[in-house]
Amino acid sequence: MKRVGFKRFMSLVVKEFNHIFRDRRTMLILFGIPIMQILIFGYVVNSDFKNIGISVLDRSNDTHSQRIVSKLMASGYFHFRGNLQSDHEIEETFRSGKVKAVLVFESDFGAQFNSGESPKIQIVTDASDPNLANTIVSYIRGIINAYQLEARNATGMGLLVAPEPRMVFNENLSSAFMFVPGTMALILMLICALLTSISVTREKELGTLEVILVSPLHPVQIILGKVLPYIFLAFINGLVILLLGRIVFGLPILGSPILLLAELLLYISLALSLGILISTIAKSQQSAMFVSLFALMLPTVLLSGFIFPIENMPVILQWASAILPPRYFIIILKDIMLKGNGLAVVWPETLILAGMTVLLLFIAIKKFTIRLAI
Amino acid sequence: MRTILVLIRKEFIQIRRNRIMIPAMIVAPLVQMFVLVFAANMNMRDIDFHIHDQDGSTESKQLIAKYLSSPFYSYGGQVFTEQEGEELLRRDQTDMIMTIPPAFGEQLINREPVAVQFLINGINSAAAVLTASYSQSILLDFNQELIANYLRITGQSAPGRIDVSYLHWYNPELDFKIFMVPGILVILVMLVGWLLMSLNVVREKELGTIEQLNVTPIRKHQFIIGKLIPFWILGMIELGIGLTLGRLVFHVPILGSFGLLIGFTALYLLTVLGFGLLIAALSETQQQVMFVNFFFVLVFILMSGVFTPIESMPDWAHWVNLINPLAYYMRVIRMILLKGSGFMDVWQDFASMALFGIIMITLAVRSYKKRS
Repeated sequence: MKRVGFKRFMSLVVKEFNHIFRDRRTMLILFGIPIMQILIFGYVVNSDFKNIGISVLDRSNDTHSQRIVSKLMASGYFHFRGNLQSDHEIEETFRSGKVKAVLVFESDFGAQFNSGESPKIQIVTDASDPNLANTIVSYIRGIINAYQLEARNATGMGLLVAPEPRMVFNENLSSAFMFVPGTMALILMLICALLTSISVTREKELGTLEVILVSPLHPVQIILGKVLPYIFLAFINGLVILLLGRIVFGLPILGSPILLLAELLLYISLALSLGILISTIAKSQQSAMFVSLFALMLPTVLLSGFIFPIENMPVILQWASAILPPRYFIIILKDIMLKGNGLAVVWPETLILAGMTVLLLFIAIKKFTIRLAI
Repeated sequence: MRTILVLIRKEFIQIRRNRIMIPAMIVAPLVQMFVLVFAANMNMRDIDFHIHDQDGSTESKQLIAKYLSSPFYSYGGQVFTEQEGEELLRRDQTDMIMTIPPAFGEQLINREPVAVQFLINGINSAAAVLTASYSQSILLDFNQELIANYLRITGQSAPGRIDVSYLHWYNPELDFKIFMVPGILVILVMLVGWLLMSLNVVREKELGTIEQLNVTPIRKHQFIIGKLIPFWILGMIELGIGLTLGRLVFHVPILGSFGLLIGFTALYLLTVLGFGLLIAALSETQQQVMFVNFFFVLVFILMSGVFTPIESMPDWAHWVNLINPLAYYMRVIRMILLKGSGFMDVWQDFASMALFGIIMITLAVRSYKKRS
């Protein structure tokens, strides 16, 4: 009897696999989007700072001011957009949008510098992009500082205390260390929740779910049968993302790979439970999509610490972020992969994820059974 | 003309009846705007740092005092071994460990060069760069003072200290919200125009009601115009709600011409509606439409410059952005609202958007066939 049950269960799993592989668009979503997103984040939306248009209003025009300008341009961060002649030209250039900052040297700049006085440079920024404005100021300051040091060294008045910065966990300051874990959390959440909820609601809409429900299969078996293929696919997806991170962006895996895969599996189960829960609530594919996209994707992008630091958010949003599974998964990923931490450090996050999974699964199965009883 | 009006009326009745669309239209944007604008805050927060002072001299305390008095730092405490510092970094309890070597004070008095080490958590590379740059410039100040003191004693002269000041125009307090609101508006208007439009059309396909329309004497352009106008109006309303909210809650300025903004939005909406129609025409089910949209929308949003400046993107991204309506609108709406740019500043984008809109609508009309 038991064997018959297992056979029935397996045929359900096979049916589900067939459903997924038959639909090319689903396969595109499954594997195209993660790869594309990793590449876009890696090459386009990184925080590299370059090619920023700046202009110069040089009232002094001496060797020092010219050397500072050529040093700025040689840094690769800036793109020279010409000299200005007067103050009111600044406004014009900002309005046209090509120039993000104007460097103003006061008259007698070089003479003052040579005689040991404090000549003035003013950086006027187009702060309609405040972040960029802030970064521009700090980069230009760094370059001017370096220039002063060189000038000093030339006169034998070198630096006494030298800064020696060292970046730990990410020596080359690659932005991939931020976005690969984030993208992984986002993609897995989306794929698992979106695809399972859509696949269940579609069966609801088409009426085929009723057919399965009247079969001798137990509701738990039905859910498992739905979910197993997605666990498999999501797991492969996770591996693909890890591999891309490793090969293309050089992301290390310092900690235990087995622990990493176990956490991956835990997170996938959590996302799938969420998908099942959504599908028990949503009546149509459209509402399942809306719930998945608006309730899962945006919060995951914005509140999980993926792009924006959680510490900067108002307290209410920090609370909201506390109930988001991706937040914990991202911490776990970074800890294990980049810092080489083990379970001794990540156990609280792991426990939270496990607790969430059990809770969601419990509610989902309960709801599913109730539906059957009606 | 009457036919079109009837079609538009039908569309509005359908939109009103749809239980999902109304909340999706009104509630979602409001919530999103608030959440997004408050969450999307990239302002640099305080740098948490610990000190590993192996010297403990007066000079090292002077240096530490300079960091303690800076508004950018928040002091976490002392560590006494290297391992302790690394452990704190690993547990994410500090951003930076500053190590002052033994005999720091002595070497300074003897005028021998010394190095101060900053161990910075580099996982968030952007923040790490800023942390390093702040820390170095405080150290440079410290150097300047040392040298100035020394020169005063010896009576020598050396190059001066350049006084670098800055002035942030248009947003002196660097309020990130003012920057984000227009960006979010671009996305919201797009979602209404593109997503709702394509879902609506393909739903009619799925339900078969489009067949019923096809057998009526309604002409192709009438059908398309009847679909376009309601969603175009919805998009404009969305812009109105968003602008009002942005103005009242976040004090986003409207420095430029309001008419210019409306004109540009009209063209932008036309383009994204064209995209929506085209994708709907090429798909059969809601699921397909959703997936294809999801793909494009994600790429367009990320590449539009909503979070990161377009200038810093690689060359091929600039080419892709030529067919990204969001990139045009993102640039122009911020220029008009925040900087007061006029028509002469944005006419190129205006012309491109108009041309783009015409192309998209033409493509959409051509891809729609009355016979299936």
